[in-house]
Amino acid sequence: MENTVLSIEGLCIDARAPILQDISLAVRAGEIFGVIGESGAGKSTLAMAMVGLLRAGCRRVAGKVTLSGQSLFDLSQPQLEQVRRRKVSYVAQSAAAAFNPFYRLGDQVTELAALELGTPAAERRKMAADLFRELQLPNPETFGARYPHQVSGGQLQRAMIAMALINNPDLIIFDEPTTALDVTTQLEVMRLIRKIVTARGCGAIYISHDLAVVAQLADRLMVLRHGKVIETGATRTLMETPQQDYTRALVANKTTTSPAVQARTAQPIIALRDFAAGYGGVSLVQDISLDLSAGHITCLVGESGSGKTTLARAIAGLVDVHGGTATFQGKPLVPRLEDRPRDARRRMQYIHQLPDLALNPRQTVREAIGRPLAFFAGVTGAAAEARLRQLMRDVELPEEFLDRYPGSLSGGQKQRICIARALAADPEVLICDEVTSALDPLVEESVIQLLLRLMQQRPLTLLFITHNLGLTRRFAHEVAVMQAGRIVEFAPAETIFAAPREAYTRTLLDATPVMERGWLEARL
Amino acid sequence: MRNLGFLLSLAAFAVLILAALLAPLIAPYLPSEPVHAPYAAPGDGGLLGADSLGRDMFSRILYGLRYTLGISLTVAVLAACAGVSLAFLAAFRRGWTDILLGRLVDAIMSVPQIIFALVVLAVAGVSLTTLILTMAVLEATLFYRVIRPVAADIVAMDYVEVARLRGEGLGWYLRREILPNAAPTLIAEFGIRIAYAVLFISGLSFLGVGVQPPAADLGGLVRENALAISVGQLSPLAPAACIALITLSVNGIVDWFIHKYSIRAELG
Repeated sequence: MENTVLSIEGLCIDARAPILQDISLAVRAGEIFGVIGESGAGKSTLAMAMVGLLRAGCRRVAGKVTLSGQSLFDLSQPQLEQVRRRKVSYVAQSAAAAFNPFYRLGDQVTELAALELGTPAAERRKMAADLFRELQLPNPETFGARYPHQVSGGQLQRAMIAMALINNPDLIIFDEPTTALDVTTQLEVMRLIRKIVTARGCGAIYISHDLAVVAQLADRLMVLRHGKVIETGATRTLMETPQQDYTRALVANKTTTSPAVQARTAQPIIALRDFAAGYGGVSLVQDISLDLSAGHITCLVGESGSGKTTLARAIAGLVDVHGGTATFQGKPLVPRLEDRPRDARRRMQYIHQLPDLALNPRQTVREAIGRPLAFFAGVTGAAAEARLRQLMRDVELPEEFLDRYPGSLSGGQKQRICIARALAADPEVLICDEVTSALDPLVEESVIQLLLRLMQQRPLTLLFITHNLGLTRRFAHEVAVMQAGRIVEFAPAETIFAAPREAYTRTLLDATPVMERGWLEARL
Repeated sequence: MRNLGFLLSLAAFAVLILAALLAPLIAPYLPSEPVHAPYAAPGDGGLLGADSLGRDMFSRILYGLRYTLGISLTVAVLAACAGVSLAFLAAFRRGWTDILLGRLVDAIMSVPQIIFALVVLAVAGVSLTTLILTMAVLEATLFYRVIRPVAADIVAMDYVEVARLRGEGLGWYLRREILPNAAPTLIAEFGIRIAYAVLFISGLSFLGVGVQPPAADLGGLVRENALAISVGQLSPLAPAACIALITLSVNGIVDWFIHKYSIRAELG
């Protein structure tokens, strides 16, 4: 095809084991080609191969990568570098890590023009200002004078897209460019990406693990798993008639619904009134009034920095309480964790976001789960062993894992171990801080299903912190929406999703990508 | 190659330890008895010749090893216990504990080690106890410096917070959460500190404030025989070579440990 900017034919890359096997694709000018896959699928290796890079230890076994008519792996190093400078750009996931904190944004964005063409400073400033305007950054004339830490995450991500446009590339590779962003910022960046590709007529690769995002942006899609292509096709065809089981599982409408659990008591298990908390003298959350109904799932949603985690940590006793009242089963909740009686600590368990950090790498699973048993209930020996095996069955892991160290478990398995450790204390309230956000979509789904099953088996109340509104919709009984340290809306889930009262709630809901066709177009 | 170095180091260190332990059985003469002609050459008077008083060098080195290894191992163990537990405490408690301990360590470290030791030993008098305690305090500051940041990183981990949420006691934190994760650094540092303690005690004895005559450690033996070098005698080289052998073999063992643990860390 004449307007093909990138074609890959039969690409195989090995390290110790095969990483990519027989990958073929073609990207035309003016189209966005989506690559979707879970962690370890080979997405990043593929992205690097597109610019002729192989990571240390990787070897190209077969195949060809042709970019703008040149076969990358046949070029000499200087020729390859020239192609990279002139024909292709790369937008990385973390803009904060990609910018050098010591240089001004404008200089970094136009660095390539200075190096490649020797463009004088005044002209570069104008180029930068034009790009910043195109990307709808505030005050485009002066934006370039700022340093990376002086702008927001979304602005930094847009500045990186500006940098990618400086060489007017034939192809832009977007490697999870919105994964670290809030939904509202993500929507802005998605809109811009769509606009730029259309306006400039360049080709684009969009790599992500979030199907809803890719489905909105990409014209065609490739599903990658374990280094192999599962399925390729037009986005619409793939979404509506997936051919493979794996794709079907990804696309399938999530059917989770919250368990029909009635509140067991009329009283809320945890009640906050005018609650405020923070660090030092600064209150990060304030005016919080919130009731957690026993046996219910209450989701705490909001963008990063809205105070979700601070509020949850304050309830757990990890943050200084500055005012208001808090009760736990009708009795006052002691603010400081260290002052709480052991039984109060037992009844409320906290599960962290990153299981990698929450499990001591030098304790076996048996030690990790066994400790709360011994500590809270004094269960040891044969009785403990029976409980441990039961807990492993409860979280659907094989009993052999008891003797393993966390290092040999997958992310999803580790999070299950953390859940088992919390259950070992026989708690009444589980505080889950973004417990699934580090997991791949299908693994996330299985952990959610597990939590739901556990709630049917025992009297548990869940305070579930998340930024994933899609998940909240299927899962929550009540939803509290947080913004700037306050709860702006607290209502049953049906009410929030059907008739949100607050403008901010509506904005959040509106910005959450869904898989349905035409969603992004309606928001351009 | 690394394994060969490790095995050789381990063998050398084992031989040195055995020689020190079995000195009374192996030594052909008592270390303090003049049994040869002064400055007897190797062969004429024992395996390694004799010193200025005609004492058997081989026997004196065997007994010297006992002092050098005994003192440095004791110092390293004491310093590790003190330095590491204080470092853990500072990292865990933070606040005033951390500030006060940190400044105290800074104050001690601001004076060059050898001068600090000379002053303390001059005031307190030289005995085996004062020698070991002084060296242990100085080495403990170095343990503290290396281990505190390692422990601080561990304390910041969520699994330590999980223990806090349970309400664990201090002992649990230090022994079960921090210690196992600091162990690789600790083992490496321990080996390095043994090697430095060997050099330190040898240096002090060479300066005359270490082990006192008629007993002598390896450093003392070098000093006693230093003059012999100028008359073409090689006798001081043997104890010096012993010092080198100890530090080299300890380093070889430590390198292997570091390598082993860093590979493990990569594999998760």
